[in-house]
Amino acid sequence: MPTYKNILSNRYTLSRSWTMEVAEKAGAYQQARIALTTLAPERVKSEVEAANIRGRGGAGFPAGMKWGFLPPAKEGQDVYLVINADEGEPGTFKDRTLMEKDPHRLLEGCIIAMHAIGAHKCFIYVRCELELAIARLEQGVRDCQARGYLGARPFGKDWAMDIVIHPGAGAYICGEETSLLNSLEGKRGEPRLKPPFPAVKGAFGMPTIVNNVETIAAVPDVLAMGGAAWSAISLLPPEMKDGGTRLYGISGHVKRPGVYEAPVGITLRELIDDFGGGMLHPDRPLKGVIPGGSSTPVLRAEDKVHAPDPKSPLHRWHGKSHLDVPMGVDTMRGIGTMLGTCCAIVMDSSVSMVDAARNLMKFYAHESCGQCTPCREGTGWLANVLDQICAGRGKAADVDLLVDISNNMMGNTICALADGTAMPMLAFVRKFRKEFLEVAEKGLPSGARLDGAIRAQLVGKEAA
Amino acid sequence: MAFTLSAEQEKLVDQILARYPVLQAACIPVLHLCQKQVGWVSPEVIDYVASRVGLSTSQVQGVVTFYTMFHQRPPGRHTIWVCRTLSCEVRGAKTIQEHLERRLGCHAGETSADGAFTLKKAECLAGCGYAPMVQIDDTFHENLTVAKLDAILDRIARGEAATQDETPWYPHAPAP
Ligand SMILES: Cc1cc2nc3c(=O)[nH]c(=O)nc-3n(C[C@H](O)[C@H](O)[C@H](O)COP(=O)(O)O)c2cc1C
Ligand code: SF4
Ligand code: FES
Repeated sequence: MPTYKNILSNRYTLSRSWTMEVAEKAGAYQQARIALTTLAPERVKSEVEAANIRGRGGAGFPAGMKWGFLPPAKEGQDVYLVINADEGEPGTFKDRTLMEKDPHRLLEGCIIAMHAIGAHKCFIYVRCELELAIARLEQGVRDCQARGYLGARPFGKDWAMDIVIHPGAGAYICGEETSLLNSLEGKRGEPRLKPPFPAVKGAFGMPTIVNNVETIAAVPDVLAMGGAAWSAISLLPPEMKDGGTRLYGISGHVKRPGVYEAPVGITLRELIDDFGGGMLHPDRPLKGVIPGGSSTPVLRAEDKVHAPDPKSPLHRWHGKSHLDVPMGVDTMRGIGTMLGTCCAIVMDSSVSMVDAARNLMKFYAHESCGQCTPCREGTGWLANVLDQICAGRGKAADVDLLVDISNNMMGNTICALADGTAMPMLAFVRKFRKEFLEVAEKGLPSGARLDGAIRAQLVGKEAA
Repeated sequence: MAFTLSAEQEKLVDQILARYPVLQAACIPVLHLCQKQVGWVSPEVIDYVASRVGLSTSQVQGVVTFYTMFHQRPPGRHTIWVCRTLSCEVRGAKTIQEHLERRLGCHAGETSADGAFTLKKAECLAGCGYAPMVQIDDTFHENLTVAKLDAILDRIARGEAATQDETPWYPHAPAP
């Protein structure tokens, strides 16, 4: 197994890594100082552009390009930086490690990004359940103010900067960037119609850059290494413009679930076997893996890449298992799923895929904000049909009903939650159709909802 | 009785209000601050917040009902959230919930008879790799077993704080 360098996470293992003293001794704020005292904003932007950072929040949009969408600065118009720290996509738990273990990396990234985009103020929108993350970020901001890294003259520069830690209040939809902006403004977190995009009209009506925690936390190292060198860490071919190193999460049925850092472009098999330590129970093979949070369609080991055309970007992996394709924004799209948040959920042969789908669809039904009829009705209906099927009250035709409902949800809604529900639903049915038909006719097999081995482990381990 | 804050906390509210270009943006942080005082968002809290952030009570009410972390009824002295989303579910979240229901003598959505604990089901809490997990008040408890959970609840029952362990981080290394 190759060893990869920890860059984003290189301070995680230091004792009390979240404190200013420890972080600073290990290099924090050196790049912010250099940027604010010697680099023009345009220079910072061009390094970020050269780094080919694809947004780490799920959509994979190039960060450099997003920053370029800001309209030219106007007198009397503020620009805001907003950090999306709402981390709520089921299966996703990577941003939390950055905020808890190295809040100063995020804060330093914010300072540099504010300098680059011409903002005086940054809001970090953190889901309120993450109390430890909030406490450490707030302490970090106070330490920055005390040291003069924030305030009226950060690093002596005549450009006031302030960072506000803003708590959410428990709503998955607030991770969607326009919903997040409404929530930040003190409103119900209902997504806004786009356009206008946040870069033109965002927080408080002003041009706003919304980026994920990990996207911005990468910025100090982009400056330290230079954008091109940082981009080249990626194992993907350079023409894919998907650069750098990133945090991967792995949960479910593996021996060592957790967050790991590796270059962009490792394979799911590496993530499961090398990082995750392999399947939890040796006698239970992998059945399905959700590659990047619950909105990304499930993959199976037995499915192969089909790209016979030499001009296809996936041709070099033609005939290989989906698990052996390097993970990137475009490669995952090429095999009918999405990279998403890069946090995989691994399910072994004991899991009923119908019950797994039911679990997720109930989540979306609960979290749909209800503004758009296809989403509000569709998510509720999917959950309902799956409930009926699992309870043994289904019929074969319900399986096609799931497909019809999903098809009717896509394309016609204000935000991407509806597509993010329908796409994984369709993949579950397409890839596990036989199982869906069986459950629709006979109900869930007995024991499907309670895993005996896991139960014994939880109940017996320390009591024995 | 009208809801009031101490002078010190009023200062805190002023500081929160000053952070934003519009008063309304302070709505959620100030609601959190008040909920920490009285345990829930009472109608008096809503009146107070509305007057402080310049909204009508029905506007604040609309905000409160949108989000799940505002208690609209008084909960028990402690609230336990059990994550039941997929990653936790496949690692035994149901066993954890059933154990809690037995121990507390109440179902999810209810409060134990002694008023000590309210039990709730939660959606993914960003602890998926450390499943099963629960949130108790403002602390996370991960990689649970029934015995570990019992020890935490025993501590709380004795009046001690439920401290959160540092989440494990495995530096990159070949699997054992
Ligand atoms: C329903 C929904 C939930 C989302 N949740 C999150 C989230 O929790 N965190 C996040 O960073 N992005 C989330 N996003 C993506 C954001 O809308 C946005 O693309 C992202 O914050 C942009 O940052 P990036 O370009 O740095 O990735 C979500 C999107 C949707 C449609
Ligand atoms: S798609 Fe769903 S979540 Fe998104 S705005 Fe419409 S109803 Fe709300
Ligand atoms: S699924 Fe339980 S914390 Fe994410």
